[in-house]
Amino acid sequence: MNAPVGTLFTMTWTFALMSLLAIGGANSAIPEMHRVAVDVRQWMTDAQFADMFAISQLSPGPNVLIVTLIGYHVAGLAGAAIATVAMCGPSAVVAYFVSRTLYRASDARWPAILQAALVPLSIGLMCASGLILALTADRTVIAALITLAAALLAFATRLNPLWLLAAGGVLGFAGLV
Amino acid sequence: MLTESPFREGQAATPPGLAELFLAFAKMSLSGFGGVLVFARRAIVEERKWMTAEQFNEAFALCHFLPGPNIVNFSVVFGSRFRGIPGGIAAFLGLVGPPMVICTGLAAIYAAYGQIEWMQRTLAGITCAAVGLFLAVIAKMLLPLLKARDPVALLLLGAVFVAVGLLRLPLWIVLLVSIPVSIALTAFVRSRGAA
Repeated sequence: MNAPVGTLFTMTWTFALMSLLAIGGANSAIPEMHRVAVDVRQWMTDAQFADMFAISQLSPGPNVLIVTLIGYHVAGLAGAAIATVAMCGPSAVVAYFVSRTLYRASDARWPAILQAALVPLSIGLMCASGLILALTADRTVIAALITLAAALLAFATRLNPLWLLAAGGVLGFAGLV
Repeated sequence: MLTESPFREGQAATPPGLAELFLAFAKMSLSGFGGVLVFARRAIVEERKWMTAEQFNEAFALCHFLPGPNIVNFSVVFGSRFRGIPGGIAAFLGLVGPPMVICTGLAAIYAAYGQIEWMQRTLAGITCAAVGLFLAVIAKMLLPLLKARDPVALLLLGAVFVAVGLLRLPLWIVLLVSIPVSIALTAFVRSRGAA
């Protein structure tokens, strides 16, 4: 838990950069989080990363809080705070200034083109997130079937997502996964 | 669209104060399981009438195409338009602070007990379902794009997916190439469409 200052520093600039690269939102950055945390820095195993995704989905609040869990795992309380601020801060500052500028801008053409250009990229990143998470979580046929069932139910019905998570937990506890 | 100020004086019933901003965002954040957006819309547009539905959509669209966590950006943009930088910080702290405390608590529990066998099994099951929910969200975002049958957009989407999902290239390299290409293609297609 007593992470060296170097680790905190690495984590700060890693997430600060990621904050500015996460076009379309925090979920677009999941492949990059996985690449850095599991492959490059080896802060955690594949399975631990999957656990943290699950815990972040279980808790209320914005999805970005998966970085709080990663930060805590790497460097305790300080890590949790630093990771969260680094991931949220830079993009929030950008949003503040852009929104102030656009507030006065008269030409709405460029924002529209920018938006149209970024949407396919952000959805491409989301698809990559989905693939990486599915490969991480679904290591058995039954696990893949649970994912598929949850996806279909969430897509086709208005069922509260917490019920689906709870059902997954019960099946896991029963030893089916 | 943006020529007219989306936040006219007197639009909101009463402009919220700092404590009110903090509490409102804390409340929507803590009720937001699996995404805060729905709760934010309900609280801001329907309950407190701080914005009309159109104003909300416009402000959120801006935060959606900017980098970083959308709803976090939105809290800063929203709060600062009513109360300047302190307002932005109050809304940000309300949105992120309380759930961050909960997440840190869960992280501590996970660090202490996460390796216990039945916890592992249960979490594995929850993960499977959580990934399923995530895939459903992606499918809902993908559908309009597939329906539009825009070959340029689908090509870009596929290229980014392969580069990041299959080749596992670093994100900054992928974006360094794909953002200029996408902007150039989009601008080109639009200018031809207009001509």
